[in-house]
Amino acid sequence: MIQYIIRRVLYAFPLLMGVNILTFVLFFIVNSPDDMARMQLGQKHVTEQAVENWKQQRGYDLPLLWNSKAEGKEKLTQTIFYQKSAGLFLFRFGISDSDRRNIAADIQQRMWPSLAVALPTLIVGLLVNITFALIMVLFRNSYLEHAGVVLCVILMSVSSLFYIIGGQFLIGKLLRLVPISGYEGGFSALKFLILPVLIGVFSAIGANVRWYRTLFLEEVEKDYVRTARAKGLSETRTLFRHVLKNAMLPILTGVVVVLPTLFMGSLIMESFFSIPGLGSYTIDAINSQDFAIVRAMVFLGSVLYVIGLLLTDISYTLVDPRVRLS
Amino acid sequence: MSSLLSMKMYADQARTLVLIVLAIILGACADSRLNNPYPQEEGDQAVLYESFSERPKHLDPAVAYSSNEYAFIAQIYEPPFQYHYLKRPYELTPLTATGMPEIEYLNARGDKLASTANDSDIAYTDYIIEIQPGIRYQPHPVLAKNAQGDYLYHHLTAAQIDQLGTLQDLPESGSRELVAEDYVYQIKRLAHPKIQSPIAEMMKNYIVGFDEFSKQVADKQKFEIKDIPMEGVTALDRYQYRIRIKGKYPQFKFWLAMPFFAPMPWEADVFYEQPGLDDKNITLDWYPIGTGPYFLAENNPNRRMILLKNPLFHLETYPSEGEPGDKEKGLLADAGKPLPFIDKVVYMLEKETIPYWNKFLQGYYDASGIASDNFDQAIQFTGSGAATLTEAMREKGIQLETAVTTSIFYLGFNMLDATVGGDSEKARKLRQAIAIAVDYEEYIAIFANGRGVAAQGLIPPGIYGYAEGKDGVNPYVYDWKDGKAQRKSIEVARRLMAEAGYPGGIDSKTQQALILYFDTTSVSIDDRPRMNWYRKQFEKLGIKLVIRGTDYNRFQQKMRAGNAQIFFWGWNADYPDPENFFFLLYGPNAKVAHGGENAGNYQNPEFDRLFEQMRNMENGEQRYEIIQQLQELVRRDAPWVFGFHPKSFSLYHGWYKNLKPNLMANNQLKYTRIDTTARAEKRAAWNKPVFWPLLLAIVVFMLLLIPAVLAYRRRVRETIQ
Amino acid sequence: MIILWTDALIFLLIAVMLLLGFYLRGKEYIKRPMQQIARSKTGMMSLTVLIFFVVVGLLDSIHFKPPEGHGNEIISALDYWATPLREHSEKTYSAPFAVYLYSKEMMTLPDGTEQWGYPRLQFGGAHLADPETEHLPDILEKAFYGWLQGAGLVVFFMVLLVSLLREPHKRFIVSPTAKAVWAVVFLVVSVNYMLVYLSAYYHVFGTDKVGEDVFYQAIKSIRTGLVIGTLTTLVMLPMALVFGIMAGFFRGWVDDVIQYVYTTLNSIPSVLLIAASILMVQVYMAAHEEKFTSVIVRADMRLLFLCLILGVTSWTGLCRLLRAETLKLREMEYVQAAQAMGVRRRVILLRHILPNVMHIVLISVVLDFSSLVLAEAVLSYINIGVDPTTYSWGNMINGARLEMAREPVVWWSLTASFIFMFALVLAANLFADTVRDAFDPRRGAYE
Repeated sequence: MIQYIIRRVLYAFPLLMGVNILTFVLFFIVNSPDDMARMQLGQKHVTEQAVENWKQQRGYDLPLLWNSKAEGKEKLTQTIFYQKSAGLFLFRFGISDSDRRNIAADIQQRMWPSLAVALPTLIVGLLVNITFALIMVLFRNSYLEHAGVVLCVILMSVSSLFYIIGGQFLIGKLLRLVPISGYEGGFSALKFLILPVLIGVFSAIGANVRWYRTLFLEEVEKDYVRTARAKGLSETRTLFRHVLKNAMLPILTGVVVVLPTLFMGSLIMESFFSIPGLGSYTIDAINSQDFAIVRAMVFLGSVLYVIGLLLTDISYTLVDPRVRLS
Repeated sequence: MSSLLSMKMYADQARTLVLIVLAIILGACADSRLNNPYPQEEGDQAVLYESFSERPKHLDPAVAYSSNEYAFIAQIYEPPFQYHYLKRPYELTPLTATGMPEIEYLNARGDKLASTANDSDIAYTDYIIEIQPGIRYQPHPVLAKNAQGDYLYHHLTAAQIDQLGTLQDLPESGSRELVAEDYVYQIKRLAHPKIQSPIAEMMKNYIVGFDEFSKQVADKQKFEIKDIPMEGVTALDRYQYRIRIKGKYPQFKFWLAMPFFAPMPWEADVFYEQPGLDDKNITLDWYPIGTGPYFLAENNPNRRMILLKNPLFHLETYPSEGEPGDKEKGLLADAGKPLPFIDKVVYMLEKETIPYWNKFLQGYYDASGIASDNFDQAIQFTGSGAATLTEAMREKGIQLETAVTTSIFYLGFNMLDATVGGDSEKARKLRQAIAIAVDYEEYIAIFANGRGVAAQGLIPPGIYGYAEGKDGVNPYVYDWKDGKAQRKSIEVARRLMAEAGYPGGIDSKTQQALILYFDTTSVSIDDRPRMNWYRKQFEKLGIKLVIRGTDYNRFQQKMRAGNAQIFFWGWNADYPDPENFFFLLYGPNAKVAHGGENAGNYQNPEFDRLFEQMRNMENGEQRYEIIQQLQELVRRDAPWVFGFHPKSFSLYHGWYKNLKPNLMANNQLKYTRIDTTARAEKRAAWNKPVFWPLLLAIVVFMLLLIPAVLAYRRRVRETIQ
Repeated sequence: MIILWTDALIFLLIAVMLLLGFYLRGKEYIKRPMQQIARSKTGMMSLTVLIFFVVVGLLDSIHFKPPEGHGNEIISALDYWATPLREHSEKTYSAPFAVYLYSKEMMTLPDGTEQWGYPRLQFGGAHLADPETEHLPDILEKAFYGWLQGAGLVVFFMVLLVSLLREPHKRFIVSPTAKAVWAVVFLVVSVNYMLVYLSAYYHVFGTDKVGEDVFYQAIKSIRTGLVIGTLTTLVMLPMALVFGIMAGFFRGWVDDVIQYVYTTLNSIPSVLLIAASILMVQVYMAAHEEKFTSVIVRADMRLLFLCLILGVTSWTGLCRLLRAETLKLREMEYVQAAQAMGVRRRVILLRHILPNVMHIVLISVVLDFSSLVLAEAVLSYINIGVDPTTYSWGNMINGARLEMAREPVVWWSLTASFIFMFALVLAANLFADTVRDAFDPRRGAYE
């Protein structure tokens, strides 16, 4: 097991390297460091000297991938690519291009609001979805189930943008029950989070309930459930004791995969509700073409994804002893 | 048994639900404002709530150059001069200086000249500025000293730095008196290449010794420049300093009212240069130190910034004279009282316009601009075409302030382009035709809700040289009819097109419709109608307009390389002088050849000659005449389609007092006052939550559960049997 | 006639589908599920709606230069028929069926005085002399006529069909599924005919900020939605199929490499990938201006690239599924036997593996369709979706966000895009369900 984990961690390196190269190439195919400098320096009174200074200060005055002027090993290391990527593997994200803030400090600060939205959304969503799916399975082959399935499909067919716009309009503007947008640390975050969480849960309800329902149905049709029922075990009992327990495996592993990436936040939700999380951080960086932040966020995203995969594998072995990691 | 259990569960759930609802209702009674976006209570402080939509990138006065940055630093830093808050036309008054600068002209040998000396004889100009004694910096850790008089935090250890989260984690703070040397030090900072001041390149051309100094200190630490002299800038004594500039540049005094020339204590650079601090985001860009009425108490550009009243602020009083009419508006009620009035200002990050507008209506922001989409809700036009507030706004006690901004938006032609550019009669007629066809009155009506004035030339109203009425009309585009400027009919433009060799928009050489390219950075969906509108305007002449939307980078690159054909750009005045507009068309400022601000690369020797003459003149009849000649030249050549001067409309709640739009000054905050009791009452009245739909939804949900529960019980019974 | 890139690909897609249909005709493993779909009421009803959308989309994919216009304007067959709708633009917002503008402005009255009020629309209800009394009756009357004509059309064709069909084929008309389908056809055609009829006199869904007809925008958006939903699949399918099967079948280093590639791609947040490539297209277009003289061509290029990049980001899921399935199939007895007998690998892949993973491909294609249509809207919100000049529901919603903050609310853009998008996605979802039920071997058992 430990050997397996070590191997997976080692495997992550070429993966992250690939991610890094890809981001680098994608970004610099279209942008030269000169472009970045001009973009960040704004409109008024920009001279060549200012551009050179900007590049020099942020280390963009080197060649991109290969430094033919340098000697020996430095041919590789004295390049933008090496200088900018090497630090990432040690989680040194450096400073942002636009306002020269320390990226790591910003990420540390902004990851909590992201988590504060994403985690409740996940947990509440899970509870609500499982409850509804169970209810539907409980009433299978009745009008309740059919109505439920149709409702799910209808909910699925509405774009999440409608939920957000509608929710803000109705609850924030017409009913005045919660602040329209904003965020606050600590306990007072509650009133800012109710609406985004509610909308987050609601917009995913259709797809998830349907999926959980099929999982439960598959389990219900299995022989051991029939046997249990034949033994005279009550409906609820079989449902909770056997069906739920066994169907939880795919549900939980699905959750484990996304768990680390919760830190990254939701792009749309955060910018609509002006929550100062990592999602809005990323959007801002894309819009202002801040390569340093984009690079850091891509790297972070990939690392978290890899961790997610690893956690899934581990959770499989924990839940189901038959699975062996090799 | 299990069914019993689950029934109990249902009952439990129901009970908790009821409890929650009760809690909400009770909570609501305690505080009727559930939607209050601010957590802490204000107490008896006067707190102002503002917003910012883009996080400021630099708060270092040597670097900051955008309005969103000025919104903060103009309250914190004090340059020697400022614009008078109430008087119009704009007038400079001393801020930390004791009076207006003493100006001395020198010839090339350094001899003093009389003030009436010929322009050609003047080689240097000296500005001698004396500042008031006794002004103190805000309390700041940078200036903290121990009992022995040594700076406490100038030699922090790595361990100490490691423990810092924000600057506020350093407990001690200190202050000291402002001296002339601080102003000198700041000008030296402008020259330091590491600081990258956006005006450094420009100041090289003006301040004596600036360029040499810049080269000399290129590899020095920031604080080391303290002891290196700059030829043109010296402190004469503790409270007096002198700036020597090349030649004559009367506009230089306006620069002295900008934060670039605010004082900076050398201690700040010593402190912030300590290694490791920038990893904590503790830099001068984030923790400013100034003498102004406010200091930055919290800086979280990801969420909010808080300004607090500076306890050591020097005595400054509310102006006691203004424009005629200011007294009637109540703007002089506070005359002579010490500034500032507001204790605390909270700036919240607000990116989306919808929440911003709604929060303003709910009373959670004290001021708001007007987006085009909620314009109808706020503004209506009276019979005579003047804008007033709608009934709904007036009921809320909202006030409206309007002002024509000192800026211009224009449609520029690249004069290097083979089709639209150049000095040929053919191209000129084409440009004139387009100038008539692109109907900016309609543009203003559709996209700006009438918030703008169609431009008749280069300079906006309120700037010296602007001509009112018939004299100020652009005769190539407008006719003067019934006391109003009226755009020439499209027929005139079509005739011009035919004369230019494009009858009906068909190029007589190729027999194809003329295709022109419009380069723009407007690529988002919100800009689509605007682009369609431009297409329609050119369509009137039979010209096909192709929109080439790119990001700002590409656009800049194109402009630099001279690859653009038609572009839309704007200029916002740095200072209220016509020179700041006409230099946008000055030949030696051409973008492609010299990298200057003349984006259309307009070249006209006559224009350049007149401009050079006008530049150094004092305002007077002769200058006015030259300005009119310059206007005539550019109207005829039409290197731009003069678009419009936007009009700023701002809304303020009734409890926000002492407001007068001042487009030049950025430090208005200290003059304003809010009535907190009125605000609290209004907020409570406007934000009563509506509960019944929520309760209704809960009831409906319960009702829906009943058949489910019944069916479930039936089923359980069936299974058991 | 002008063929844009996406047009060409759409026709290619149709050709591929026809060929596939021809090839699979009569194959038992395809026939049975197909019959099951044909029997399903919801399946066939949603398919009818989908076909209606597809027809509109196809009409909008035939581009040409209008005979009378000069210059380089390009319009589609749909535009040609909707010319009045396209050109009847007002000054600014107007509500559905309105005869007055939505906002007040200064009007010069016939007698020369000026008045602040709501001006009449230039086209909407322009035929009415006295809107106060005639407005509502006129709408109802026109709506009824339109509906009647549409209904008449359907009934006529039905009667024609019934009289022409021979007895054994009568089940196409009378079976329960057929009845449901006919009901849908009747509804869709008559209602749409009514809308089109009305739109000649009124702006059925109002007008937007610059006075463009919202109904027209919503219809034009159909093509964009369909293109994104289908072409993306066309792009990703070959990649996913080839790599997925290869990884599963050859294992070893091939498997390692392919797994490496898709894990890498997967771990990059897709939004960033899309943003970067959209930026690339823009740069490319800026560098090759002469090739993109028309707005439509530029927008089309961006749409195509969006499809490509969405394909690149979404093939990994299917690839992984196919790999797993191939791994399973590989161990099946008949494949093992074929290998033992020395059948060539290529033949095994084509004969034994490919047909047996087809159901997965089909299911994932129909399932992806609706999520892609929804994704377009979200991408447009962050400005990395289709070109802003392209009509799309995403762009409409995005623009409508600001309208919701107006007072009084401008609701019709949002509503129109909601209705059209919802109809398409709902139909696609329902159809996807039917397809899945029919093809998924595990499900066939108990439904």
